[in-house]
Amino acid sequence: MTAAGINRIAGKGRLTPANTVRFTFDDKSFTGLAGDTLASALIANNVHLVGRSFKYHRPRGVLSAGAEEPSALVGVRRDAARRAPNIRATVQEIHDGLDAVSQNRWPSLGFDIGAVNDIASPLFSAGFYYKTFMWPKVAWKHFYEPFIRNAAGLGVAPTEIDPDHYASRYVHCDVLVIGGGAAGLAAALAAAETGAQVILCDENAQVGGALRFETEARLDGLGGFDWAEQAAGRLAAMDNVRLLTRTTAFGYYAQNFVGLVERVSDHVAAPDPDLPRERLWQLRARRVIIAAGAIERHMVFANNDRPGIMLASAARMYLNHYGVAVGRSVGVYTANDSAYAAAIDLKKAGVDIPAIVDLRDAPDSGVAEEARALGIRVLTGHAVTGAGGKLRVASMTVEPAKGTAKAEIIPIDALLMSAGWTPSVHMFSQSRGKVAWDEASERFLPGTYAQDCVSVGACNGTDGLEASVAEALAVGETMAKQARPGATTSGVTIRVDGEGKWSGGMSGAAPGSTPGKVIKAFVDYQNDVTAKDIRLAVQEGMHSIEHVKRFTTNGMATDQGKLSNLHGLAIAAEALGRPIPQVGLTTFRPPYTPTTFGAIVNHARGKLFDPVRRTPMHASEEAAGAVFEDVGQWKRAWYYPRSGEDMHAAVNRECKTVREVAGMFDASTLGKIEVVGPDAAQFLDLLYTNPFMKLGVGKLRYGIMCREDGFIYDDGVVARVAEDRFHVTTTTGGAPRVLHHMEDYLQTEFPHLKVWLTSTSEQWAVIAVQGPKAREIVEPFVSGIDLSNEAFPHMSYAEGTVCGVPARVFRMSFTGEAGYEINVPADHGRMVWDAIHERGAPMGMCLYGTETMHVLRAEKGYIIVGQDTDGTVTPHDAGLSWAVGKKKTDFVGIRGLKRPDLAADGRRQLVGLKVKDGKTVLEEGAQIVANPHQPVPMKIIGWVSSSYWSENCGQPIALALIDDGFKRMGETLHVPMPDRVIEVEVCDTVFFDKEGGRLHG
Amino acid sequence: MAEGQVTRELPLDGRFAGGASVSVRPAGAARRVSLRVPAESVAAVSNSLGVELPTRPGASAQAGARAVLWLGPDEWLVIEEGERYPMADLEGAGVLFAAVDVSHRNTAILVTGPAAADVLNAGCPRDLSLETFPVSACSRTVLGKIEIVLWRMADDAFRVECWRSFSDYAFDFLKDATRGQ
Repeated sequence: MTAAGINRIAGKGRLTPANTVRFTFDDKSFTGLAGDTLASALIANNVHLVGRSFKYHRPRGVLSAGAEEPSALVGVRRDAARRAPNIRATVQEIHDGLDAVSQNRWPSLGFDIGAVNDIASPLFSAGFYYKTFMWPKVAWKHFYEPFIRNAAGLGVAPTEIDPDHYASRYVHCDVLVIGGGAAGLAAALAAAETGAQVILCDENAQVGGALRFETEARLDGLGGFDWAEQAAGRLAAMDNVRLLTRTTAFGYYAQNFVGLVERVSDHVAAPDPDLPRERLWQLRARRVIIAAGAIERHMVFANNDRPGIMLASAARMYLNHYGVAVGRSVGVYTANDSAYAAAIDLKKAGVDIPAIVDLRDAPDSGVAEEARALGIRVLTGHAVTGAGGKLRVASMTVEPAKGTAKAEIIPIDALLMSAGWTPSVHMFSQSRGKVAWDEASERFLPGTYAQDCVSVGACNGTDGLEASVAEALAVGETMAKQARPGATTSGVTIRVDGEGKWSGGMSGAAPGSTPGKVIKAFVDYQNDVTAKDIRLAVQEGMHSIEHVKRFTTNGMATDQGKLSNLHGLAIAAEALGRPIPQVGLTTFRPPYTPTTFGAIVNHARGKLFDPVRRTPMHASEEAAGAVFEDVGQWKRAWYYPRSGEDMHAAVNRECKTVREVAGMFDASTLGKIEVVGPDAAQFLDLLYTNPFMKLGVGKLRYGIMCREDGFIYDDGVVARVAEDRFHVTTTTGGAPRVLHHMEDYLQTEFPHLKVWLTSTSEQWAVIAVQGPKAREIVEPFVSGIDLSNEAFPHMSYAEGTVCGVPARVFRMSFTGEAGYEINVPADHGRMVWDAIHERGAPMGMCLYGTETMHVLRAEKGYIIVGQDTDGTVTPHDAGLSWAVGKKKTDFVGIRGLKRPDLAADGRRQLVGLKVKDGKTVLEEGAQIVANPHQPVPMKIIGWVSSSYWSENCGQPIALALIDDGFKRMGETLHVPMPDRVIEVEVCDTVFFDKEGGRLHG
Repeated sequence: MAEGQVTRELPLDGRFAGGASVSVRPAGAARRVSLRVPAESVAAVSNSLGVELPTRPGASAQAGARAVLWLGPDEWLVIEEGERYPMADLEGAGVLFAAVDVSHRNTAILVTGPAAADVLNAGCPRDLSLETFPVSACSRTVLGKIEIVLWRMADDAFRVECWRSFSDYAFDFLKDATRGQ
């Protein structure tokens, strides 16, 4: 048997001796058995020392056999990129090739330099950092904090991109059962037999919960674990049940929304690369049954963290499930009956039990007699006041709990402890349920429920297997019937013949670790919080448990104080001289156990992090050499560099070409809304500042949309397609919010109007052809529309066909040149684009991108909402008073615009700027002052909103918002920059073709 | 506004994902209309379309190659996969309603096979059990970070309608979700 570890006991446990597994720990090779956790396999190989503690670098071992483990945290490596820190050795299953390493030690686990912190520990008491590193103030930021941050933390995060794949699944059910122990299985069976849709999840590889170690239990004539396996098989075979093992319910949110993480492939030696590492289940349940069980508490005494000291139930699990004895000579320290069973099981397996030390004077359930009958020495009314040994426990010091008799030192190589069982109310508390203190049993139990859930079994404080199963059966059926009106009676019965004894318990510091002693009796293993730290916190004035928690960090580690909360609370309560419920319990928050970012993010990484939107012409633009820029989620062609051109040269060429010949631009990302109905014109008249009632069919109008407060919200060109149909365009970024804004007003302010709104942004590919040769280029492709200036002047609209497909053609311009925006159905966009390009290119037409579009429109003083406006600019401020209907009696923003401060002098207004040196391009966002010689802070009178080099003007151009800008024409102002002050002259916003004649060319 | 014989370039042409239990592939070209119809016009519009507009939330109706999906109290999506033109058919209805051609705004992905619902549930929070989302059910919902219209065409066959520029994301998402199925 030694092949899988010298501590493996023949005939014990449920693993198959022939199924050996090779793994390494700190580069040393070991053999375990399939089904082992890393913890059970290491203990089988007599390795108890697995890590160093967080603060004092104390040697640490395996404390538990489950998810609550605070101590045995290791790193697990699959390859260079797959390195997970802080993995609980009690949860990680071994597989061939598993490579685990200890943490928080240097140079080695056995000899660790950082352990000097343990000797210097009087310096590092609770609140040490807050008190010590206060002075001088500046040193905190530059010296203390970086140093502490470097020294703090546990484990090493991987630096490479996580190559694993994570999956997600939304799922609904009638009844979710959290926990697959006896109560959970019984509840699931009762619920499932009614016909309800049931999901049962359990965090372990196998169901059974405490039945995995409790040998006394017999259900339906079977041993506990055999019954659990059979029940799981029965559930798994039912169509209406989904059984999820290795699946932790980590978060309980509103309306019975529960987050589960399933560990899919971490336990597999060579997983299929398509298998996710983990799967996040986002579950909505009509009813939730919480069967989370109870977590055993440790005893708080001096050096209670020596490797080899562990929870009694854990030792029993290692023996009865994994076939591993945790030592050869095992001491027991308890205040609870259940630890006796661990001692008895070990004794029967041939392990020496030198003594059971029971803090209670007279345990009354007969367990002591049973142990004595096996020849075990039982010391009631005694306490373990210390543990000898360093890298492994070597002895326990036993004293009478009261009185002053001489201490006895008993040699041991493992020590089991149990202070009793804490009901796991985490999920209940996360559901916003309020826990209540049960005086009789001295524990917090589910009190007031806030959601449709019920706790059953040990987590509900129900003692005894028979009572737990009976409660679970009843609740399972009731919840199923509540969730599903047609549910039938399930009629499930489970006969319970034998069960373990679990009564008794204590909380707080055990004798010997009471006030005044200079010892380390750990309350919170993971954060190295001792009983003394908690007393110190109270002494320093922390009277609320929330303050004690933050001052000492008790319960703040990744294990969230599963073992330590109640002990910490009891010690604080004793120090304060107040009952426990008056001191209060800290809040339980998700996640229940550490949850990977991978699982939370799941599919949303790489190209699925955010949608990337491409226009129908994207591939052609890419082939033409476009450089793309991100505009929201869109990829837009930014500029089209030719061989040897940088961005500046490309944009200059594009700008010149558009004005001298023609250019073609992809405007497909513009928002488009089709406004249809007999009241469409009236609706637009109310939404825009411009008048729309008299806009003729076949005409375009530039419109400005304000918010109620009178500030510009969006702008765009509107075409009247028919008497009752308009084609509205919006800015690219404004498309969704403009539709919502319109819909909002339609439904709340103007519900009487017969009009409907439909987004058509993606129905149309939009190809803008602009420049003196625009007509000549597009004319041969167009049929059904007379493109002559007379028939189709500037700001006209017509329908026809282009390249044989139906098209909506706008005669309009955002460049100042004559031109067209051709809308064709999106699936034809690329074909039309390619056809026009093929004809236009030999005629000298270029493709141009968003940068050139920006420069050309700035040369004409056309604003971009969101660039030249900032949410505080009215149409009047922007120099667009002409677009506000003077005779209109109502539109959104009309009252806002009449507010005195919006009509007053001194408003910040949009003007042009010329740079006096004729060559410097201002920085967008640069601040503007009147007098550069004034003392700092200077009075800012405005800022630069748009700024470009204009090749067409041969000078830099800029737009700026400046206080009283319209009255400052010709004035010299100053733009202070870090290295110098730039002189600018205020001018109007039109830099090119001031008369606008080119539009009509 | 009849289209000629020009072939449409669909954004997902040639893409395929899946394996034994599920397949993800683009649907063929379709004509689509976004319909807004007040209650008093439903009968006349149904008559013109040749399909009874379903008025039960989440219901769809089909006649030949034409389907009508209920999206809201006065909103439907018409999908025509045959040779007819729904916009033209609606011209003579003679009652108050709004119809907008959105043939090219949307594109569609077909998700079929025994694992189809599971694959969709990777990013769609709806309960897709046959009990609550039976054959012919439809819904405007989400897939990952985008909005979709989901239509169950058979026990194990769904049609995902999404806006054209989101189809790349939708397809890639569904493809990622088929891994390990």
